Amino acid sequence: MSGPSTFQPQNPVVKWIERRLPIFGLVHSSFVSYPTPRNLNYWWTFGGILSLMLGVQIITGVILAMHYTPHVDFAFKSVEGIVRDVNYGWLLRYLHANGASMFFIAVYIHMFRGLYYGSYKEPREVLWILGVIIYLLMMATGFMGYVLPWGQMSFWGATVITNLFSAIPYVGESIVTLLWGGYSVDNPTLNRFFSLHYLMPFMIAGVVVLHVWALHVAGQNNPAGVEVKNTEKDTVPFTPYATIKDGFAMVCFMLFYAWFVFYMPNFLGHADNYIPANPGVTPAHIVPEWYYLPFYAILRAIPNKLGGVIAMFAAIIVLAFLPWLDSAKTRSSRYRPLAKQFFWIFVIVCIVLGWLGGKPAEGIYVIAARVLTFYYFAHFLIILPILSRIEKPRAVPNSIADDVLAKNGKKAMASIVVMFAVAGALFAGSVQDARAAEGGPVPPSEKWSFAGPFGKFNQPQLQRGLKVYKEVCSACHSLSYIAFRNLADPGGPGYNAAQAAAFAEEYKVKDGPNDAGDMFERNGRPADRFPAPFPNENAARAANGGAYPPDLSLIAKARSYDRGFPQFLIDVVTQFQEQGPNYLSALLQGYQDEPPKGFDLPPGSYYNTYFPGHSIKMPKPLSDGQVTYDDGSPATVAQYSKDVTAFLMWTAEPHMEARKRLGLQVMIFLAIFAGLMYFTKKKVWASAH
Amino acid sequence: MNPDASTIAAGAPIEVDLTPITDGQAIKVFWRGKPIYISNRTKKEVDDARNVQLSSLPDPQTDQQRTKEGHEKWLVVIGICTHLGCVPIAHEGSYNGFFCPCHGSVYDTSGRIRSGPAPTNLPVPPYEFVSDTKIKIG
Repeated sequence: MSGPSTFQPQNPVVKWIERRLPIFGLVHSSFVSYPTPRNLNYWWTFGGILSLMLGVQIITGVILAMHYTPHVDFAFKSVEGIVRDVNYGWLLRYLHANGASMFFIAVYIHMFRGLYYGSYKEPREVLWILGVIIYLLMMATGFMGYVLPWGQMSFWGATVITNLFSAIPYVGESIVTLLWGGYSVDNPTLNRFFSLHYLMPFMIAGVVVLHVWALHVAGQNNPAGVEVKNTEKDTVPFTPYATIKDGFAMVCFMLFYAWFVFYMPNFLGHADNYIPANPGVTPAHIVPEWYYLPFYAILRAIPNKLGGVIAMFAAIIVLAFLPWLDSAKTRSSRYRPLAKQFFWIFVIVCIVLGWLGGKPAEGIYVIAARVLTFYYFAHFLIILPILSRIEKPRAVPNSIADDVLAKNGKKAMASIVVMFAVAGALFAGSVQDARAAEGGPVPPSEKWSFAGPFGKFNQPQLQRGLKVYKEVCSACHSLSYIAFRNLADPGGPGYNAAQAAAFAEEYKVKDGPNDAGDMFERNGRPADRFPAPFPNENAARAANGGAYPPDLSLIAKARSYDRGFPQFLIDVVTQFQEQGPNYLSALLQGYQDEPPKGFDLPPGSYYNTYFPGHSIKMPKPLSDGQVTYDDGSPATVAQYSKDVTAFLMWTAEPHMEARKRLGLQVMIFLAIFAGLMYFTKKKVWASAH
Repeated sequence: MNPDASTIAAGAPIEVDLTPITDGQAIKVFWRGKPIYISNRTKKEVDDARNVQLSSLPDPQTDQQRTKEGHEKWLVVIGICTHLGCVPIAHEGSYNGFFCPCHGSVYDTSGRIRSGPAPTNLPVPPYEFVSDTKIKIG
């Protein structure tokens, strides 16, 4: 992007355009002939991966916005509509939601790479600061995006984060009112967040252009940290060398991404966000998305409200001053024995801060968070300035060419392995801890036909589960997101369209108004949804001793429990995500006639081993022999519980089978593609090494 | 980007009938999208709130300042934790007042902060007694 281009077009059309707008020359000099250092390792491929992720997020986001409704009454419903009814809507939504996490994984690796190799040092200060600005914009975009599904965590996350600004003296309250557009987080808030969430990615794209421009002016840093001296010997042209290497890394990253999108799409989210937002009920444990957790820990570590907010923002702003805080002449930590050790300590501190951010703010966690917050700032404000004065760096290579000759190629692959291990640990650790499970023993893990990468729903089981729901649960619980036509959907209970229509006929559905202006009842049609047993929440509460029987459509994804360390790490590999079904099944079987001695059971409540707090308003719903099965399955509470749980898993995740089937195809394709890319890359680079 | 006219209009004062609230019960009503706790405090709760050394409070305020004269048993507070805006749960915590489940702030039976990260007491919304059994919030 800098300097006149050496591009010499041959094609007459290209020539004609080039004379008037030298755009081909710009592309050629930026992405084809641009010299890149020969010794770049795979850590340098994350810039390309980030561009890819930005593209994925914008494309999926634009399509999602076509189906989304930014209104408090419809936002949650429209997101469910996207997942259930829009063609490949589940894929778009999971790509977008997990894409945000992938974006942040890549940006953190990209940033740590910059820290380790001193990529912020002269003459790349502006490049680095532009990066900090992109990171801030990403954080704002990610936060606003998380609000849009309008689940419980969306609403309360928005409440907590917008309230941060009220800590600012004098103008704080006015700023919060401006953010809200009202007296609390409400419809105007959702509307403006949607607008800004759509705007900001394009701002990011704009700053990315500046970032790449600055990069191409200063030239890339490299693992040796020495400047290019001889373009001929020290560099290789961007295409084909960097293109093929970045391409290979992108495909590997896509494999990692696809693992989550197709096999555990909700692992990185919160179960609570499958409960629609309710301004009157705060979730027991509010946590932000995993990528904000280190900063959340810093916020909570400071006992003063304003101080906490300042510390949190300072933790990011301090990065912008890094080029002047670390004045060491040697760039790469490879040649700085002390800085290297402190770098790794800093990485660990950030990961542990992330873990603490997901823990409740009490006792030992707060003390640990305070110590680590102090260390976080000390790293930038004390350790690096002192190191740059006292450290004796080792000799750096004379040139990049010397560096290439001195080392072998083994290190890069080791780096990739370490990268995934670190990313995986950071990630899984913080997410799982962020989930709440208060009270009650851990439900036993049961065998589910839909578990694992090849798991499928058992059709007879879904049909039995539907029968249990219809004859028992539906007396109090609605199933509002499910239409009768869904019963005939592929990957469901396996009825045909006529059976689904006949099933719908048995229900009375309210319709109207008719010509006389009156509401009337008619028989159900396949397009109707399961009618709710109560006209509204208050009626449901009044009929159930003050407790609201929740809608069951999403219940299997809206309940979860903590798996603890190190089980959650193993869960990423084994794709365990059946906390919801395990809990539901255990709850249905967990009733005890007599509460244990000393337990004070409030009147109108029942004792349940697995319900948080044990005191549940729902009476024991199932008893042996209550529902007659036609297929000879045992008519026991255990069997009923399993069947209805499997059915509710299907209602929560109706396209699970299609998802896993497409996932297998995508994984096979990407694996083969990655192999081909690897050998092509080897061939291309054979002469350069 | 300030609140539009309809939002402001919807934030007009509301009247709440106190007769259905029994002794020791607390109800939650919504005003301007915010939960407001109206608590019919028992004699013991009122005494607990009044027999406190003011100097021991992080945000010193007497219970008298936070309630209306002649209606001492009624506590009306905005149920939004002054830390980061969660809704505290009534009749919980070590002072049997309010407890915020988010970051563990504990309020007493007068809605005053006693421990935890919240900086100030639960705010008292503008309200007045229209009659002995009815209040107007706003």
